Amino acid sequence: MSLKSKWRNITFINASSARIELRAICKTFVTHRQTTAALKNIQLSIHDGEFVCVVGPSGCGKSTLLNIIAGLERPDSGEVLLSGERINGPGRNRMVMFQEHALFPWLNVLGNVLFGLKLKPELSTKERLEVARYYLHLVGLAHCERSNIHELSGGMKQRVALARALAPNPHVLLMDEPFGALDAITCEQLYSDIQHLWETRQKTIVFVTHNVREAVCLGDRVILFSPNPGRILREFTIPLSRPRDINSVALAQYSSHVTAALKSFSTSREMEAAG
Amino acid sequence: MIRRITVSTLFFLFLIGLWEVVAYSERFPPVLIPKCEQIAIYLWQALCDGSLLGAIKITLGRLLIGYAIGLVVGVPLGFLSAQHQYLHDTIGLLSLGFQTLPSVCWIPVALLWFGQTEPALLFVVVMGTLWSIIIATENGVHITSPIYVRSALTMGSRGIHMWIHVILPSSLPYLVSGMKQGWAFAWRSLMAAEIFVTVLTGFGLGQLLHYGRDLNAMDQVFGIMLVIVLIGLLVDRTLFSPWEAFLRHRWGTSSTAFYRP
Repeated sequence: MSLKSKWRNITFINASSARIELRAICKTFVTHRQTTAALKNIQLSIHDGEFVCVVGPSGCGKSTLLNIIAGLERPDSGEVLLSGERINGPGRNRMVMFQEHALFPWLNVLGNVLFGLKLKPELSTKERLEVARYYLHLVGLAHCERSNIHELSGGMKQRVALARALAPNPHVLLMDEPFGALDAITCEQLYSDIQHLWETRQKTIVFVTHNVREAVCLGDRVILFSPNPGRILREFTIPLSRPRDINSVALAQYSSHVTAALKSFSTSREMEAAG
Repeated sequence: MIRRITVSTLFFLFLIGLWEVVAYSERFPPVLIPKCEQIAIYLWQALCDGSLLGAIKITLGRLLIGYAIGLVVGVPLGFLSAQHQYLHDTIGLLSLGFQTLPSVCWIPVALLWFGQTEPALLFVVVMGTLWSIIIATENGVHITSPIYVRSALTMGSRGIHMWIHVILPSSLPYLVSGMKQGWAFAWRSLMAAEIFVTVLTGFGLGQLLHYGRDLNAMDQVFGIMLVIVLIGLLVDRTLFSPWEAFLRHRWGTSSTAFYRP
């Protein structure tokens, strides 16, 4: 039996992706010492099935933006629409992949992937197992389903986290610096994996990172964020063909454009501050 | 494995040998330091006439009931106390206070409230275990990483499901060590209670120990002490070791931080 036909039942169920609309999102964090404007008047629309990367220095509010889309945090004002419907909290149509893998240490690999599936009452036990195994196979970890989390390497943990996020078949995948803690070689492998997955499963992906090159390699569009207050500085469309290689010259040119924009902004800021 | 068994066997044989040397030297009155064979003879006789097994049954019965009450009441209270600030400031504080109170201190209260009855003993055991279980549970919940909760939220887990499938298992390492501590406290408080409170409905190990003293029968005293130690070890091995092994296996926390070739 070929792989294609083995997984036909699952590949057949392909949830459509969703478009995301951010309208005038504002968010401030108040501590007893200071008030931080994490996000100020964010307007952004993300198309159906688009791969958008949000880049910016640490503390520019990009993770807050992701949490708001996920429904884990509420904006002070403004609203998020998912295919026209307002978001009021976390939901299975938007899955999040965190920087720390957030896998449950009390479950093994398969148990972790099954966790979200067990909350879908419409599936039978057999179907859940089948779906979980399919996604483990997709991330190349079919052989580790009985492993414990602490036995996996950092890259493998993120792959399991990816499988876990994909398994409930969300419309949107939100990734918060998922490869930030991994070494360069593992990252390169994961870049090609994630591009492949995106092409096979057609999700809307919002990917937050501080690595410009990573963003250019993965995104259809790169949104440049600036801090204090967090806002969108510029947008770049990346028309390179896929699959993209992070080491290619064309990609390096695009990423130097983005980096230049980021730098010119911060130097103009410094001048302002000095002047 | 064989080497480890040999080492511990040799160690205990050495201890027994040391005891025998002291006992046979007759520098101390034999009433105070009985010979090992006397202790063994006492244990054998007590085993044959049924008094030992009866006492073990009664003691373990009291212990298990008291411990079970402590768990059934303590774990939910610990969860509640972790969940709400007000409950933390009330139940949590109360537990912390009573945990520092040695459980022997409950014996006068138990005697006056319940008289020389079974509930008096149970009361002391429950008071000995409950507080440490509440505190361990609360700690376990507090230590749960918020990222587990967040990721479970995105996967659609809410309310009771979250408590049973995320917060309970993630606090398991603390819960198990809390249960173990609760067990140790229960065992200690029961022994203290049995020595001080004579209950006519059944003689436990503590009471046998007490009569050993009254009759100046040191072989009985040491024999019963040995039994108490063995029961403690046995319970630890059967009740808690499997859990700890599971935790080590899943969480990957090693039993020792040192490198062992």
